[in-house]
Amino acid sequence: MSEQLLKVRGLTVRFPMRREGLIGPRRWLTAVDAVDLEVAAGQSVGIVGESGCGKSTLARAILALVVPQGGTIEWRGQSMRLDDAAALKQMRRELQVVFQDPVGSLDPRMTIGESVAEALLALQGPQAPGAAATRVAASLREVGLDPALATRYPHELSGGQCQRAAIARAIVARPRLLVCDEAVSALDVSVQAQIVNLLDELRQRHGLALLFISHNLAVVRHLCDEVVVLYLGRVVERASREQIFAAPRHPYTRALLAAVPHPDPAQAARTGLVAMREVDAVPQSATAAVPGCAYLPRCPFAESNCRTQAPRLEDAGGGQLIACHRWRELPVAR
Amino acid sequence: MTSDALLAVRDLSVEFATPRGVVRAVREVTLEVRRGECLAIVGESGSGKSQLFLGSFGLLAARGSARGSVRFDGQQLLGADPGPLRSVRGTRVAMVFQDPMNSLTPHLTIGRQLTEVVLDRDLLGPQEARARSLEALRAVRMPDPAARLRQYPHELSGGQRQRAVLAMALMTEPDLIVADEPTTALDVTVQAQVLDVLREARDRGLALVLITHDLGVVAGIADRVAVMYSGRIVESAPVRELFAAPAHPYTAALLRSVPRLDTPLADRLASIEGQPPHPGEERPGCAFAPRCPSAMEACRSSLPRLRSAGDRSVACHLPCSGTAFAP
Repeated sequence: MSEQLLKVRGLTVRFPMRREGLIGPRRWLTAVDAVDLEVAAGQSVGIVGESGCGKSTLARAILALVVPQGGTIEWRGQSMRLDDAAALKQMRRELQVVFQDPVGSLDPRMTIGESVAEALLALQGPQAPGAAATRVAASLREVGLDPALATRYPHELSGGQCQRAAIARAIVARPRLLVCDEAVSALDVSVQAQIVNLLDELRQRHGLALLFISHNLAVVRHLCDEVVVLYLGRVVERASREQIFAAPRHPYTRALLAAVPHPDPAQAARTGLVAMREVDAVPQSATAAVPGCAYLPRCPFAESNCRTQAPRLEDAGGGQLIACHRWRELPVAR
Repeated sequence: MTSDALLAVRDLSVEFATPRGVVRAVREVTLEVRRGECLAIVGESGSGKSQLFLGSFGLLAARGSARGSVRFDGQQLLGADPGPLRSVRGTRVAMVFQDPMNSLTPHLTIGRQLTEVVLDRDLLGPQEARARSLEALRAVRMPDPAARLRQYPHELSGGQRQRAVLAMALMTEPDLIVADEPTTALDVTVQAQVLDVLREARDRGLALVLITHDLGVVAGIADRVAVMYSGRIVESAPVRELFAAPAHPYTAALLRSVPRLDTPLADRLASIEGQPPHPGEERPGCAFAPRCPSAMEACRSSLPRLRSAGDRSVACHLPCSGTAFAP
């Protein structure tokens, strides 16, 4: 068993909303609701769900970019404390992030080399003369960029090259875990494949762990050993890649998988809206404390106790966790 | 060329005058769209797939110019007379773009924005316009359409907004809808709903052009596919034939690089090494040659012409085996 890097317990993030009227009670939007999560060294964990399910907020809380209302985050056995600047800095060196928009995440007035060097100096302090340049060049080479591009500005590069540069900046201080928030979603399919392969290589070469947030289930299947499915801030299913793609159990996981378009016209008819009912405004129940299952309004299998009791995550065997009252009765999908 | 085409584009080129010289975004593209048919235009960013249709319907940015011929139902749209273009654009031809929030006015209700489409053109009276807008919202399967008419864009979810934009496109009962990445910003679940709506419109006899880079979406809805690379159509074919046996190495590589749910896991995803050429770049020969695994000397020196066999065509000196074009 490799070293446990990240251990999240009961993580809850809420955002204040407008009061109901001037003196009404303060309302809260619960973006992340009592989430448990672990990532081991070299492991790749995928987090999937629709927009508004809290997947980015979860990542931001782990990166200490938003303050959680509850729960604990442990980094390599140490409890993360937002008020301890030195410990936070140490953690940030080992925990880096790549965002969706490759061009927007680089400073347009800095060359690629300056951007990468800035991260190195910020995370590891002053470097010996020439050492910084060597590290920057090595990092660029690592992501498949010609070190000569260090003198270019982001606008001179393509989207795929900018995303490589963003990854070079993230790995220059040798992190242990890379959080990828929709890191390949804005890229063309041919470039997307290059970046997915690059992330996989970095994982194999350096034992870099990945927390890969994406709405593209096919990419997650390719890259991740374990998949966490979020719905309105809660984990509804968590399982190994093999389990989740061969035998998804939660009705929401099934609906998500069924909606992925098949890149094959002969099979396309299989894609569709099975097992999903439409609701008016999806995230509305995130603001109110609903007693039952959050997925209830869209679930075709709902019955009476789904209305009154929120399902807990149950072990279905082999490490597959499902939060659904009826998972035992439902036929295994696909 | 058959005469029953609703939209017939011939030798269309789109150019932009930039401080660094002329950028040729679209290069001598010829295509047609028939009624009741969905044509998908596939290509990477910068391949010219959007500019092709912006150019066809006089929607280019300043400094852009279109040359060639665009006939809609027999009328020339690119001629000196602006009349035909004005009479079809927004009425018989509707366009839907990727970001629904930018296509809707934030301070007007959905009802006002829907009825405005027909009221401003004096197509219907206020009563009929309201009835039509309800009908359009029902056609896109908007939940609770009467209530939606009184709501503002920010009160709708992303998928509902995109359906409101589709409803707007349906208001004038157009003959052709050009949809530019209509589902790219949407979740897969919502995407499936929007594609259902588009499929239904196509089945009612509407012609549909779908501009996308998502081959999964193409497989699910298109009848024919045209693949663009660096401003040109490099291959076009009926959808099943294209997916079963691509003739152009670029199409083949594109199909291989899509991650899928139904194939055994490989160690690596197939990818296309290198970058697509910059739109301003001029080279003799095939634009894909620097990235093509089977490029020969001729590919670097002479431009392959688009050749046809039956209802397929390809522009390649060395098409893939298994097709009628193979040497």
